[in-house]
Amino acid sequence: MVTSNIVSFEYVAMPKALKMIPEKCTSCLMCEMACSLENEGLFNPAKSRIKVFEFEHGRTSVPYTCTQCEEAWCVHACPTNAIVINKITGAKEVIDDNCVGCKVCTMACPYGTVNYNSATGKVIKCDLCGGDPKCVEACPTGAIVYVEQEVAQ
Amino acid sequence: MTWQQRVLRVNLTQGSCTTEPLNMDWAHDYLGERGLATRYLWEGMDPRVDAMSPDNMLIFATGPLTGTMASTSGRFAVVTKGPLTNAIACSNSGGKFGASLKYAGYDLLILEGRALSPMYLHIVDDEVSLLPADDLWGKTVWETDAAIHEKHQDPQLKIAAIGVAGEQGVRYACVVNDLHRAAGRSGVGAVMGSKHLKAIAVHGTRGVSVDDMPRFMKVVKSTWKKLEENTGRKQLTELGTNAMIDTMQAFGGLPTRNFQAVQFDGTDKINPEAMVTPNENGHTNLITNKACFGCTIACGRIAHIDQKHFTIVNRKEYWHASGGLEYETAYAFGPVCGVDDIDALTFAGYLMNEHGMDPISFGVTLAAAMELTERGIISESDTDGIPLTFGNAEALTLMAEKTGKAEGFGKILGLGAKRLCEKYGHPELAMVVKGQEFAGYDSRALPGMGLGYATSNRGACHLKHDVFTEDMEDQSAQGKAQPCKTSQDAIATIDSTGLCLFTSGAWDLSDYAEQLDAACQGHWSRERLEEVGERIWNLERQFNLAAGLSKADDTLPPRLLTEPAPSGTAKGRVCELDTMLSEYYELRGWNAQGVPTDETLRRLGLQQ
Repeated sequence: MVTSNIVSFEYVAMPKALKMIPEKCTSCLMCEMACSLENEGLFNPAKSRIKVFEFEHGRTSVPYTCTQCEEAWCVHACPTNAIVINKITGAKEVIDDNCVGCKVCTMACPYGTVNYNSATGKVIKCDLCGGDPKCVEACPTGAIVYVEQEVAQ
Repeated sequence: MTWQQRVLRVNLTQGSCTTEPLNMDWAHDYLGERGLATRYLWEGMDPRVDAMSPDNMLIFATGPLTGTMASTSGRFAVVTKGPLTNAIACSNSGGKFGASLKYAGYDLLILEGRALSPMYLHIVDDEVSLLPADDLWGKTVWETDAAIHEKHQDPQLKIAAIGVAGEQGVRYACVVNDLHRAAGRSGVGAVMGSKHLKAIAVHGTRGVSVDDMPRFMKVVKSTWKKLEENTGRKQLTELGTNAMIDTMQAFGGLPTRNFQAVQFDGTDKINPEAMVTPNENGHTNLITNKACFGCTIACGRIAHIDQKHFTIVNRKEYWHASGGLEYETAYAFGPVCGVDDIDALTFAGYLMNEHGMDPISFGVTLAAAMELTERGIISESDTDGIPLTFGNAEALTLMAEKTGKAEGFGKILGLGAKRLCEKYGHPELAMVVKGQEFAGYDSRALPGMGLGYATSNRGACHLKHDVFTEDMEDQSAQGKAQPCKTSQDAIATIDSTGLCLFTSGAWDLSDYAEQLDAACQGHWSRERLEEVGERIWNLERQFNLAAGLSKADDTLPPRLLTEPAPSGTAKGRVCELDTMLSEYYELRGWNAQGVPTDETLRRLGLQQ
């Protein structure tokens, strides 16, 4: 059943954000394993909400996930209100019970950070682990940090 | 759990791909990777077959901890009978390929037979296909990697491939995965080439779980911390493995000019400091460091070559970054060949990855050719008009490319030092054990390492034993047999876990045991791991004995046994192998001919 259509952009406080520091990334993929462990209960980078991209034989490695952007295209696009904003963390979270797997959000997201999980028939995206991002804890070099937004920018 | 409990068996002759349950009794006796693959090899093939024949088996094996959050969990092993040594070959690699194979749902990938025409294997979980590779045959590793990614439009494919060297049977051709990691030694790439298999591309999405996740993560966090605080680990992260070049130079254990010397004048031009110091054009060799899958050390180097350097000035295709110098590469192209040009060394390293060759074996083979030249046994007329003189950087890079493409004198260099020196009537100049070239530690300065080289089941190798600390403290041959045996067994176990040997500076066997105990079924203790390691070592030995090797192969080249080290801390010393060897056989429970006794085999469950 589709629940309330009310979407709020008011944050309780200025939320923190994930900041990526590519120069520190060694491409070890610990973040991807930690993400899949938190969300899927096993080590499976294919189901990670964060991805590391490598360029030029590994000269540069860049961890990348949802920026929790203010525009929230995914939230607007969802016809079933399955993506809601966590007022404390600012994260756009998928409500599995509401998601019908139509993938409109995956097209609406200009950053490509909402993905369809064929195993469950629903979409997956970063939810900041409710304010305690496991990728940050797992990164051995401090290439992913969770900081106040002004610092993040 | 932990093990995927599934084996993928591909018969290239029949074109069949089938799965079968993993033999869990063997998994409990041999863990995974090196040990488990050896067990399958022992069961599945006659050790006497020609290494390049379809009857040889080629096994890609992950370990129980591969693909988990245990640090350095990206390892896999390639096990086969080696064409360089005619002994068992076991080459270990990192990168991301191994974890992906495990995530696809397989502990082992067994390759048998020989395809009629070139093929590559494409694996996405349960979907396994053997596809034609006629258009890839003749391409480099890097071209193959790009072409397969392009064809399948799948950036997540992790690819292990051979270059022309592997296709053409260069005896030390390797299997390169993820562009610049390699199952490097003993010619495992030549075996893959003999099977007409160009590449294996895998995208695994099934994931890996462990038996007791909360406990496992608790143990993992504490072992991470131990590693983080370890001084050796810090050095590996900051300086890479090449830090060893300064240590060996100072100690006088750095093989130079085909082991005629043990110290090299040009070390300061190719050491870690040189890698970060701008040259006269303002170019700095090193860009950054890079990790394999799941690794918190990140010893890998990413470098680039000065665009004005003679090697690439007119070759824009090499103006990109790629895998940089590691110690063994720096040693085998630098001191052993007498070359002190850092960009030439880096370029030769690129060529090894691009064409799929072992830099240690190539460098030591070229050094043998250089000594043959120095002694007037061969000349420019034999070597395509290129003077193979010690110190000639151009000769290094030209010959690396010729060997990689199996052209001209490169074909002869592709035979390895043993066959090269035999061809020209001077077998004593080949710096090899069982036909495999030495790594960068001179046995006269490091006698325990010498014993390890002589007894290593895959021929001269620095990664199958660790008597380094004992040798640095005491250069005598006394008391080296015990640490040699103990470290051989411990490393055989570590090589079978799915983790990297470079953790062993920070962790002892109890740390591995604790991680395995949380991850795997059954009880895993330090004692059990010691026994597993000893069992693996003895089974490898059994394979070699059945293949026709004997005590006579447990030796070192005469140079190390009779020509004293000319300088350094070991000045005047030779390697006293004989005394160490008999003590070693006794400790191993082998008879005087180096054959395991029935009692030893029974104790390890290798005989009823």
